Amino acid sequence: MSERKKLVVIGNGMAGCRAVEELLARAPDIYDITIFGAEPEVNYNRIMLSPVLAGETTFDEIIINGRDWYDENGIALRAGEEVIAIDPAGRQVLTDKGERTGYDRLLIATGSMPFIIPVPGAALDGVIAFRDIADVRRMTAAAGKGGRAVVIGGGLLGLEAANGLRTNGMDVTVIHLTDTLMERQLDEAAGFLLRRELESRGIEVLTGASTEEILGENVVEGVKLKDGRVVPAGLVVMAAGIRPNISLAQKAGLECNRGILVDDFMQTSDPCIMAVGECVEHRGQVYGLVAPIWDMCRAAADTLAAVDSDGYGGSVTSTKLKVTGVDVFSAGDFAPGDDRDDIVYRDAARGIYKRIVIFDDRIIGAVLYGDTQDGNWYFQLLKDAEDISESRETLIFGPAFAGGATADPNAAVAALADTGEICGCNGICKGEIVGAIHEKGLTSLAEVRAHTKASASCGSCTGLVEQLLSLTLGDTYNPAAVEQVCGCTELGHDDVRRLIKAKELKTIPEVMQELEWKTPDGCAKCRPALNYYLVCDWPEEYADDYQSRFINERVHANIQKDGTYSIVPRMWGGMTSSTELRAIADVVDKFDIPAVKVTGGQRIDMLGIRKEDLPAVWADLGKAGFVSGHAYAKGLRTVKTCVGTDWCRFGTQDSTGLGVRIEKFMWGSWTPAKVKMAVSGCPRNCAEATCKDVGIICVDSGFEIHFAGAAGLEIQGTEKLGLVATEEDALEHVVALVQMYREQARYLERIYKWAKRVGYNEIRRQIMEDGERRRAYFDRFVFSQKFAQVDPWSERVSGKDKHEFRPMADIGFPRAAE
Amino acid sequence: MRNWIEIGNLSDIPLRGARCLETPAGRIAVFRTAADEVYAIEDRCPHKGGPLSQGIVHGTGVTCPLHNWVMSLETGEALGADEGAVRTFDLKRDGDRIFIDAAATAVAAAE
Repeated sequence: MSERKKLVVIGNGMAGCRAVEELLARAPDIYDITIFGAEPEVNYNRIMLSPVLAGETTFDEIIINGRDWYDENGIALRAGEEVIAIDPAGRQVLTDKGERTGYDRLLIATGSMPFIIPVPGAALDGVIAFRDIADVRRMTAAAGKGGRAVVIGGGLLGLEAANGLRTNGMDVTVIHLTDTLMERQLDEAAGFLLRRELESRGIEVLTGASTEEILGENVVEGVKLKDGRVVPAGLVVMAAGIRPNISLAQKAGLECNRGILVDDFMQTSDPCIMAVGECVEHRGQVYGLVAPIWDMCRAAADTLAAVDSDGYGGSVTSTKLKVTGVDVFSAGDFAPGDDRDDIVYRDAARGIYKRIVIFDDRIIGAVLYGDTQDGNWYFQLLKDAEDISESRETLIFGPAFAGGATADPNAAVAALADTGEICGCNGICKGEIVGAIHEKGLTSLAEVRAHTKASASCGSCTGLVEQLLSLTLGDTYNPAAVEQVCGCTELGHDDVRRLIKAKELKTIPEVMQELEWKTPDGCAKCRPALNYYLVCDWPEEYADDYQSRFINERVHANIQKDGTYSIVPRMWGGMTSSTELRAIADVVDKFDIPAVKVTGGQRIDMLGIRKEDLPAVWADLGKAGFVSGHAYAKGLRTVKTCVGTDWCRFGTQDSTGLGVRIEKFMWGSWTPAKVKMAVSGCPRNCAEATCKDVGIICVDSGFEIHFAGAAGLEIQGTEKLGLVATEEDALEHVVALVQMYREQARYLERIYKWAKRVGYNEIRRQIMEDGERRRAYFDRFVFSQKFAQVDPWSERVSGKDKHEFRPMADIGFPRAAE
Repeated sequence: MRNWIEIGNLSDIPLRGARCLETPAGRIAVFRTAADEVYAIEDRCPHKGGPLSQGIVHGTGVTCPLHNWVMSLETGEALGADEGAVRTFDLKRDGDRIFIDAAATAVAAAE
């Protein structure tokens, strides 16, 4: 046998040692092996650092190969000795101790470096990464002192660090750049469930948060975000990602891109040098997970042992979060696409979300939350590219599926607690209804209405009451079909609205998860509806989602057929002045606005404005005191008036003043569909109040309130709500009526349709007769106005949503084409 | 050899939103989906010329703001019962940076 060749391995980590293990299994006798490791430790299982931090295991338990392994296999371990240069021509490596070691074959397994985001203060004492056992020891020591830790990065590593620190008794805040935690592994729905779980463990999660600076003199004191918020912290863990550690290879002249470039046999650009692990780039991919690294190590060992093989063909990866009690699994590609089908399963009661992405009858991606036991089964089907067309219908239920079950349309209401309110009008909870059905032997909707009053008022909870009947009585009850919001859900608008309240759902992803939406992020029908319902129900807490609004409401102007916009400034009650008219004339000239029109709502429309000009137009109008007229909004549009007692010889009350007062009180409010009002000073009705959504006719004895008129697609005169004596009364009644409509109507349903459905008498009863209820509606409207009455035009003049009004880039003609 | 022109960063585009590019080929809409994928298509609905960049983005589709046609960002074709298509343009990502194929925008202009 010929003399043994010399193999030098740089890196005593998981990849370096695994490659050696694989080599020894194939050919134990052909190399003298030397392993250099910068850390003064033996080879340990780096992916188990999180459980060590969380105190669930110890360092000794995660050691893969102890000293005896090196000895038994005749491996020279040089731990704590760092290779600082490679000399490919002389085939030797130089270490920080000044030693030179020659090689016949060199294997680079230098792994990766934590990415330290380049912000001021990143070098302060107390700012650490989460990469090796020394980092874990530092974190454990810091946790002993208590206080707050900030983890920068809500990816896999960051969340494991956050959980570990929390388990060690620290207060923890996670700062994450994008809106979804672990966005590379999870979709929005699973990200939401994960966030909720972490928050319930006392971990604060700030998403969409960008770090500006780490504060402190010598020692870290806190983290400052770009939005100005400051989070105090005695420890900052940077977990913003990793970068392949390629500096040695680069200095040695090996070809590198993001990682050290290797072929399928793990060969670098130098025939004597190979590389494996997180430091390499193979077919354009860089890996940070363990499974691909094991595959690379097998390929490297084959090459070193001169065993014939097909080499390494790249890997499909899967991820599991190692936080005890949180089950998250993700694999493959789960971005949505037209040519892909999503199978989504949601079990709101048990907090389970599963999504399988199918392309060409094969699984290409999977995200599982809450129940991940089938993860590996899906992953195997994915890797094997198995044709699943036969088992498709039951695929989502996993391998244990025995057949029979289909998605249950009653699941959402079944999952509701007994204290969940079903009927908002009468304050009836689920438990009372179910109790009545059992005790009194009720079998129909009419009986439930008679006995419990549930669904007996506005009727918007009818669908839910029917579902309760169906749940309680089984197949003997057949509820009437409910028109679904859209193809994304089985539920109708009324059910969705009621469940948002009953389950206190406060974000769109939360609604979609808890109500078991069938699509990952809804469609152009359901998203604007959900956005409105949440704005209406949680005015203080809900952050309006502009991307779920129709373009007109997103940019506060009306899109025209040629893509330009029209705008209508508010003219309170239809009154204007020379200053206002002059300002409009100047703006029309300055911006070359092609058309100006007087509208039916007693104000002035400027048409044909280019989107880029909108903020400048608003700035000029704003200087003259104009605010948005919301002519684009599902919200309060106009309050038309006549000149009333100010000028008219027939006027009975100050109709102009009341109109202005109502408009100033109610502007800015969002409603299910547009709301147009009018106040006429006498029964001659010059303001045409009797075909409006809400109208007032002034009479000698007071104010006649009308509602539910229509003069568009359909024409319908108003119904009379009642007569009130004073302006104050008129305002309170009108506001209460609109609030009742805001809370009950289906999105895009005008007042006249809602009123017909609910019943004019029911509305009269609640607004005219029930003073307590009326004042409650009024108070809720007033509360919501605190958050709604912000002029959107001046906000945009001040720079809000700048991106909406500018092109992303302007690409001129390429020179060659000229 | 393709000539890639840098047009901006991923963060310049709102999640489930779009931004526009002014090019010799006309206005191009660059979309960012909920899954952080980016697509570029002609900003002109085949139905009545509506600016698709102004629509609501869902999955990998966009609903035109004028008459609710739904266009696929991947293929540029109308989804559902409607028939029609818009031109699509190749984008390249390097981390957060986004590039567009310069040749595609120029050739389109020459047509």
